[in-house]
Amino acid sequence: MQWETVIGLEIHAQLATKSKIFSGASTAYGAEPNTQACAVDLGLPGTLPVLNEQAVRFAVKFGLAIGAHIAPYSVFARKNYFYPDLPKGYQTSQFDKPIVGLGQLDIDVDGETKTIGVTRAHLEEDAGKSLHEDYHGMTGIDLNRAGTPLLEIVSEPDMRSAAEAVAYVKKLHTLVQYLDICDGNMQEGSFRCDVNVSVRPVGQEEFGTRAEIKNLNSFRFIEKAVAHEVERQIDVIESGGKVVQETRLYDANKDETRSMRSKEEANDYRYFPCPDLLPVEITSELLDEMRGSLPELPATKKQRFQQQYGLNEYDSEVLTTQRAMADYYEDAVNFSDGEAKLVANWVMGELSAGLNQNNVEIVNSPVSAERLGGLVKRIADKTISGKIAKQVLELMWNSNDFADAIIEREGLKQISDTGELEKMIDQLMAENTAQVEQYRAGKTKMMGFFVGQLMKQTQGKANPQELNKLLQSKLKE
Amino acid sequence: MYNKSLKELSASLRNKDVSSAELSQYFLDRIKHFDGELNSVITSNEEAALLAAQQADKLIASGDSGLLTGIPLLHKDIFCTQGLRTSCGSKMLDNFIAPYTATAVSKLEQAGAVMLGKTNMDEFAMGSSNETSFYGGVKNPWNLDTVPGGSSGGSAAAVAARLAPIASGTDTGGSIRQPAAFCGVTGIKPTYGRVSRYGMIAFASSLDQGGAMAKSAEDAAVMLQAMSGFDEKDSTSVDRPVDDLLANLGDSIKGLTVGLPKEFFTDDLDDDIREKIEEAVDTIKLAGANIKEISLPNINLSVPAYYVVAPAECSANLSRFDGVRFGHRCESPKDLEDLYKRSRGEGFGDEVKRRVMIGAYVLSAGYYDAYYKKAQQVRRLIQQDFVEAFKEVDVIASATAPSVAFTSGEKKGDPVSMYLSDIFTIGVNLAGLPGMSVPCGFVDNKPVGMQLIGNYFEEARLLNVAHQYQQLTDWHLAVPAGYEQEV
Repeated sequence: MQWETVIGLEIHAQLATKSKIFSGASTAYGAEPNTQACAVDLGLPGTLPVLNEQAVRFAVKFGLAIGAHIAPYSVFARKNYFYPDLPKGYQTSQFDKPIVGLGQLDIDVDGETKTIGVTRAHLEEDAGKSLHEDYHGMTGIDLNRAGTPLLEIVSEPDMRSAAEAVAYVKKLHTLVQYLDICDGNMQEGSFRCDVNVSVRPVGQEEFGTRAEIKNLNSFRFIEKAVAHEVERQIDVIESGGKVVQETRLYDANKDETRSMRSKEEANDYRYFPCPDLLPVEITSELLDEMRGSLPELPATKKQRFQQQYGLNEYDSEVLTTQRAMADYYEDAVNFSDGEAKLVANWVMGELSAGLNQNNVEIVNSPVSAERLGGLVKRIADKTISGKIAKQVLELMWNSNDFADAIIEREGLKQISDTGELEKMIDQLMAENTAQVEQYRAGKTKMMGFFVGQLMKQTQGKANPQELNKLLQSKLKE
Repeated sequence: MYNKSLKELSASLRNKDVSSAELSQYFLDRIKHFDGELNSVITSNEEAALLAAQQADKLIASGDSGLLTGIPLLHKDIFCTQGLRTSCGSKMLDNFIAPYTATAVSKLEQAGAVMLGKTNMDEFAMGSSNETSFYGGVKNPWNLDTVPGGSSGGSAAAVAARLAPIASGTDTGGSIRQPAAFCGVTGIKPTYGRVSRYGMIAFASSLDQGGAMAKSAEDAAVMLQAMSGFDEKDSTSVDRPVDDLLANLGDSIKGLTVGLPKEFFTDDLDDDIREKIEEAVDTIKLAGANIKEISLPNINLSVPAYYVVAPAECSANLSRFDGVRFGHRCESPKDLEDLYKRSRGEGFGDEVKRRVMIGAYVLSAGYYDAYYKKAQQVRRLIQQDFVEAFKEVDVIASATAPSVAFTSGEKKGDPVSMYLSDIFTIGVNLAGLPGMSVPCGFVDNKPVGMQLIGNYFEEARLLNVAHQYQQLTDWHLAVPAGYEQEV
């Protein structure tokens, strides 16, 4: 039988506010355990939550960016369950009246665009962390994360393959960083995914029973976990069994999912409106302000890059995935006097390779956009060749010097003077008559020998196009 | 000294007839002498109080003092007090010392009041007789066989026995007004949102409201004035200026319309209490007010609606008491579930457990619509009834409680009859209105309280009516036998 995969996603994006959603404690990552948990975060009796307005603004910004309905009136609810890292015994979340309603996001897979529905997005507080290792049979509780603002973004079950799911997650990942509402750091848990997966025979309208896979903190894990889960569900059904609705945990080390709890064991969360918080009202003034604060969104930017810079779809996609990279690119193009294609190659090629190697974000690039632009300008006007430019970039990496200064100092200027090159070619041909004969006898591969020798002599500075042209005409004589 | 008003005490302090240290010691001595049998104060703050009193004396000497500077008071043990145990009347918090002070307490502290200690209360404010306290019941100074009411029974009994001039209370369904009535003191619960709930341990957050308990409306006004005001730490506190509660106390109530809801004068009300209320209404009429019968058609639904909403909120509010971070933790738990079950099982008393279970039930899947949602709808109807009523009248009057103080143990095994003792007070909390109780006579030598209900944020008018009534009567000045003596 042919099977179709159906995927829906829940993404928890940690909002990049300075303080927590209901208290003044810091949200900075990596502090000593329990040093960033105040009385409110600890759930001490008598303490009360006060909503962080910045979190609300971020949620509104997100909603506007996906063309969603922003609820003029949304309500916080208490989601009741006991767990040691949940200090109040309930999570303050939103339930039947979320702040962001139906919206959508376009993804591109295999050259085709598909629209994925976003059911809703709501604000909630994060729980703390339970640490099961190093406590000799006990559990350590770190409440630094408790109360960190999250935006839970729930998609429609619109995705039909792991590739689509990953494309959707990447799109959202890019978007929240563009909006400056989430740092997108998946290792630190700032952007987490739960994936709902089911399978059904191709052509069947009704959805199959789904399993929810939690704890997916990289794009690669999402892809692998979905692939594995689909295979598992098909196996279960084809061997006569039934998929049960359950929560499964992905184990990256073993590359498998395993059952956490089934629907029967699921909690009744007894949601009800939180009486400590007033309903959130979004005024039209705030909406206008947030609308005005929206940056150019990735999809628009990508299109503009294709039109304005004549880039192909792939290049414009890569360059606009990170807002910082897009900004860098545009700056560098300016400084290169408009060498859009060449700058794209250098940003995506040598620069990105260098940054990756050194594990540096583009915002902290040792070579500024201005300096890279200056370097590309010299390639474009043939002062140096691409090969020499790589050397120059390396020298720029460890200094604050501009390309021009380095080219001058190191004497790297390309030899394009035909007279000079001709003299060298004549001399080389005179010294290697045997090879000249071979070439003329039809062994055109000998060309490489002459180019190599001359490049060696000029330490790579010979203008390769000129050199080729001259060599060819001389050898044919 | 013990029966002096706050204004008189404040004048004595300013005139150096007495120092705050002496005044504080005087009431501390009365507590030591009388409270052995009453059990109204569960934590003494003697040492810190005397230091605070000395500070107050310095302020008074420098001329920089207000009406409350140097005045001793007691706080219901539901208000968190930094460095001094806050038990909420529960074994669960027998060891709990908050690292912060409730806003209402801070405000009184800033006004110069001196905290002598913390008063006994029903566990987590759940009860109408003070019998659910982990620290044992409180006795009513008017009759030691009877209860003081609850949940602010400790505060009411302490003010009645003149162990402190004033005391704080909280009122979720009548917890200031009913014990005030049972103990013959004046108590006011302001409009929801008027006094900050920050640092006040929550029972039912949408109903809880702190307030003042005192000998008279005037003293209650002084205390409430200091407690009130917007607090950015409590999102439900209301950002609006506090009226001057003292300025209009002396105004005539001539021409004011007082409404009597017919639903509050039915067979539920004891005849001799009805008589006392009618007498009190006559006095108010004598002062020039018009009396008008009104109807609150849905008010009979207030007890059932309340016993859905309040337990629902309490079931979540009390989840934080899990033995993990603070409060009672069972001995050597064998696993997480054991930790939860035994810590909560041992830490909470029966009434608390009952309400947590009711609350969890009414919120659970399949029952939410039938109970919680329906109760919220009823709540809006009740609120609407009051809104309509206040289009016709300025103040509503009724009995505070259907009976006088009942005998200890009488209703302990019968929760429904206990719940019905708040039948006249609960609607006020569901609507979020201000309400108070004023002493208006005795039945069998037990105090009777008249309830006055005002429109939103009309505390000043309520206190004005109560004060005018107290100008014409002296029920509020009566002191229970035995407690008139100096010690």
